[in-house]
Amino acid sequence: MTDTRDADTRDADTTDTDTPAPLAMSASGITIRFGGLVAIGNVDFTIPERGIVSLIGPNGAGKTTFFNVLTGLYRPSNGRVLLGSKDVTGMSPHKVASLGLARTFQNIRLFNLMTAEENVLVGMHSRMRSGIVRTVLRTPGQRREEREGREFARELLEFVGIGAVAQELSRNLSYGDQRRLEVARALALRPRVLLLDEPTAGMNPQESARFVEFVHRVRDERGVSILLIEHDMSVVMRVSERVTVLDRGEKIAEGPPEEIKSDERVIEAYLGKTGTHGYGEDE
Amino acid sequence: MATTAAPATDTRVKNGDGTGRGGGDGAGVRRRHRLGDRIWPLGFALAAVLVFVLYQWILPQAPAGVSDFFQTWLPMSTINQCVIWATMAVGLNVVVGYAGLLDLGYVAFWAIGGYVAGWLMSGFFGQWQINFFGHPAPGQESGIHLSFWLVLPLAGLFCALWGVIIGAPTLRLKSDYLALVTLGFGEIIPEVFKNGENINGFNLSNGVKGITPLDPISTGPFAYLGVPEELGPFDETWKFVIYVLIATFAVFVSLRIREGRLGRAWLAIREDELAASMMGVPLMRTKLAAYAVGAFIGGIGGVAYASAVGGVAAEDFAFSSSIILLAMVVLGGMGNVWGVMLGALVLQWINSNGLAKAGEAINQAVGKDLNFPSYNFLVFGAILILMMLFRREGLLPETRTRQVLREPDRGGAEPADAELEGERR
Repeated sequence: MTDTRDADTRDADTTDTDTPAPLAMSASGITIRFGGLVAIGNVDFTIPERGIVSLIGPNGAGKTTFFNVLTGLYRPSNGRVLLGSKDVTGMSPHKVASLGLARTFQNIRLFNLMTAEENVLVGMHSRMRSGIVRTVLRTPGQRREEREGREFARELLEFVGIGAVAQELSRNLSYGDQRRLEVARALALRPRVLLLDEPTAGMNPQESARFVEFVHRVRDERGVSILLIEHDMSVVMRVSERVTVLDRGEKIAEGPPEEIKSDERVIEAYLGKTGTHGYGEDE
Repeated sequence: MATTAAPATDTRVKNGDGTGRGGGDGAGVRRRHRLGDRIWPLGFALAAVLVFVLYQWILPQAPAGVSDFFQTWLPMSTINQCVIWATMAVGLNVVVGYAGLLDLGYVAFWAIGGYVAGWLMSGFFGQWQINFFGHPAPGQESGIHLSFWLVLPLAGLFCALWGVIIGAPTLRLKSDYLALVTLGFGEIIPEVFKNGENINGFNLSNGVKGITPLDPISTGPFAYLGVPEELGPFDETWKFVIYVLIATFAVFVSLRIREGRLGRAWLAIREDELAASMMGVPLMRTKLAAYAVGAFIGGIGGVAYASAVGGVAAEDFAFSSSIILLAMVVLGGMGNVWGVMLGALVLQWINSNGLAKAGEAINQAVGKDLNFPSYNFLVFGAILILMMLFRREGLLPETRTRQVLREPDRGGAEPADAELEGERR
């Protein structure tokens, strides 16, 4: 009892002294069972406002499952997910998305037969209001909404650097441009939190390096908090302010990248028990 | 080279805030698209006017040979059927072509629309006597008689409601399963009408006998302009105008919606359902909207059909009609309203008149006695197979779809591509 009270006072103290960043998203006590298998066991996770945090772990650690809990695709067996101060546990994906959680996909999932601009406009769906009647009659309000939507789409496409191909079908874009378009489409939701699922998959080292700058720019200029799932350790270590490591459905470490690099359990999870060398030394 | 390219880019940027759909190479492409956008509506309007003038004023005065030729190959009743089927195909296109939901039971909405017309525009419900701007035939004053122009939106809304009722449980299913359940509903609803002559003592549909005759269509203020005050079974040329207006409405609505927020959401769902929901598109509501819009158009098509044949009968709404409508959508070019219209006009002409007359001509030429109309499904099948072999995208495909079917898929080679590109930069 005394311990908890101590902890509470300590928290309160820190709040008073250096006001910790409010949370953009938090998940507490998340557990997911598939039948008898515990895919995620009691994981706590937070994304600070305007923070960049990463989730890593060996294959099968439960990263994607955890991602799917955040986005509303899976309902957790236990635990709560808060977006800002709103409880979004078990809400359907489109609701969670419209409340401010946007994502990109590991294997790019654009709307192939729509133009880049239309892709971004779909991201604005929940922000637009025009229904069937107003669209058919093309009322002034609907036209203004469409025009503003297109302007914002144009702005986002310029922001990610593909303004020139706004009218191209997204399937005809180059791989790099498709990745950028996915980010633009996600930003169209005006999200509070942006989840990037292995965004550097298929990129070469130079592109990955540029991507790190890009993530910072997205955070700074668009004011979003970013959660990254990533395999490329050099990207993770350079971009993240905090790294969380999952292994076999459990959180085994959390902290700034330098700490994680030298964490015994993390090294063990990645390299096995006999591994004695830290990774990341190849840099 | 660079100097010539620069001004072109400038104009494109200046026009860029408009709604132009031009591609990479600027203004030229956009102008062509704009023209292309207008050719079809203009062509459709022109064709409609020509047909009307021809049948209303020229043919009655033409020499017997000419008018006989038209009477044989393209009578007015056939044209009306074609336009009505085209309306319905445009409605089905919203569900299948836009939203990508395979619907094998679309005839259900057609039937519901037809019966709404039957209930509200005839002496069928003799126990009531309601007349609201209706024009009952003399001696038919009992029953419900509403104006045709009122029945159209009522039937549309009633069908849209049924679209939501049918869609709410079924749209949770995906692709093949959805198709099977819609097929079931397409069978159930005409079956209900076929057996609905004694529902606990209440006669809903008059069973296999159907509801007939329907009230003539009143033309209201247009009577002062020389249009007959009431359009009965024999005023086919004037009815043609009404059916063209209905078809135009269907086309207009589906094109407008296609360009807006809802149309984009439909396309997005057709392309990638999961990604769409993750972008904040509510799947159920958006799919239901597609169903409702499709059903609305099916409903007004059903009213038009009932008024064209002068009644409704349950056996008109067979499963084969759903399939023919689907064939029209596929043949014309899924997703493209004008293609679908064209497909519907062609197929319905073959179905109702063309095949029979061509068969007669062939029989005469070769001296055989084959019953060609009975082979119409064989002909349909052959057309579909040929289309799948040589023109999978349909007669007039949506620009988007043409790309997919004509170009190799780059999906697999993507990562390698990207690496090469990185090197180049």
